[in-house]
Amino acid sequence: MKNQHINPVEPYLRMDRMPHIWCPGCGIGIVVNCFVRALNQSGIDPDLVSIISGIGCTGRIAGYLKLDSFHTTHGRPIPFATGLKVARPELKVLVFSGEGDLVSIGGNHLIHAARRNSDIKVFCVNNFTYAMTGGQVGPTAPIHSIATTTPYGSYDRPFNLPFLADSTGAVYVARWTTYHVRQLTRSMVEAINKPGFCFVEIIAPCPTIYQRRNRLGDGLEAMRYYKRYSRVINGANTRMVGLELKGPIIVGKFIDRDRSTLLEAMNEEFSSKLGARYQPYPTGVVR
Amino acid sequence: MAVERRTSRRKSRGELFIDCERCKGCGFCVEFCPTQVLAMGEKLNRKGYHTPVIVDLEVCTGCDLCGLYCPDFAIHAVRVKIEAGEAKECDNGG
Repeated sequence: MKNQHINPVEPYLRMDRMPHIWCPGCGIGIVVNCFVRALNQSGIDPDLVSIISGIGCTGRIAGYLKLDSFHTTHGRPIPFATGLKVARPELKVLVFSGEGDLVSIGGNHLIHAARRNSDIKVFCVNNFTYAMTGGQVGPTAPIHSIATTTPYGSYDRPFNLPFLADSTGAVYVARWTTYHVRQLTRSMVEAINKPGFCFVEIIAPCPTIYQRRNRLGDGLEAMRYYKRYSRVINGANTRMVGLELKGPIIVGKFIDRDRSTLLEAMNEEFSSKLGARYQPYPTGVVR
Repeated sequence: MAVERRTSRRKSRGELFIDCERCKGCGFCVEFCPTQVLAMGEKLNRKGYHTPVIVDLEVCTGCDLCGLYCPDFAIHAVRVKIEAGEAKECDNGG
């Protein structure tokens, strides 16, 4: 059929940079699809949205989306995002990055942004490995999984990302796989509209590196696995949602609570101490 | 005949748009289409990937799940209303 109808994602992409570098069967393109639909559904002016990414396969999202975007240094998208939000509180600041970038090298930034409830939304694409640099073991790689730096199997306990975000104080925590596209889109809309630090983990297949080294098949095989072995438990105890190699995947919206954001807490504290002498800083939050 | 029964009283139908040159042949759209509209084709595109072909457009509902699953932005569907023989595009939820 002739392509006389334009793909709904296309107006949000820098088409001069297409085709993208993601491998056949990679899940990051699905995350872009879901995000564009979520942006449409949330009804936010795209001019007031800013995308921040770090380094890695997922970090390319900032380069491909035709929105205001930062492609920052390795592990530092959250400090950039916090700074941008403080300087321009009217913007919606969204961080897209991989787990190696956000949790390993940028792990300290992640936990402190969650602790301070900085008003940024973090979408962490978890593919269990450092895919762009050739497959070194990542901070979420399950025990016994093979990577170039663990040829006999990983023996380190992996991070349970929803538990990490929950225990450090994120106000919204969800996990979906790239198979759960409608649920992921809905979660993205909720996260975009919620004030505070929101964390959405997206489990994505990496057919070239992770799946191949662990003999888990191609991208399609991974999607079939997500369909078969994932269980939706909304409000599950995040302590119980850790992942194992070839084990079940518990997905859902785990945490949704309210807490004052970084700028709100600052305003409250200074107003209570200084009274009328303090002029509140604009927070950009409509409650 | 089965197709007639499935499509006789429908108020809307789907339209599919595939850009074969963008496709990398991952097969997500073929696997997860709820009504099995697509199948993997024999033909190769310019980069050497097998691309999906439409088997049965009549059963397409235009749910756009293929568009959501396509990592290469190569396929999407729209839902069109059937109004007294006249097809009119309608919103399928963004």
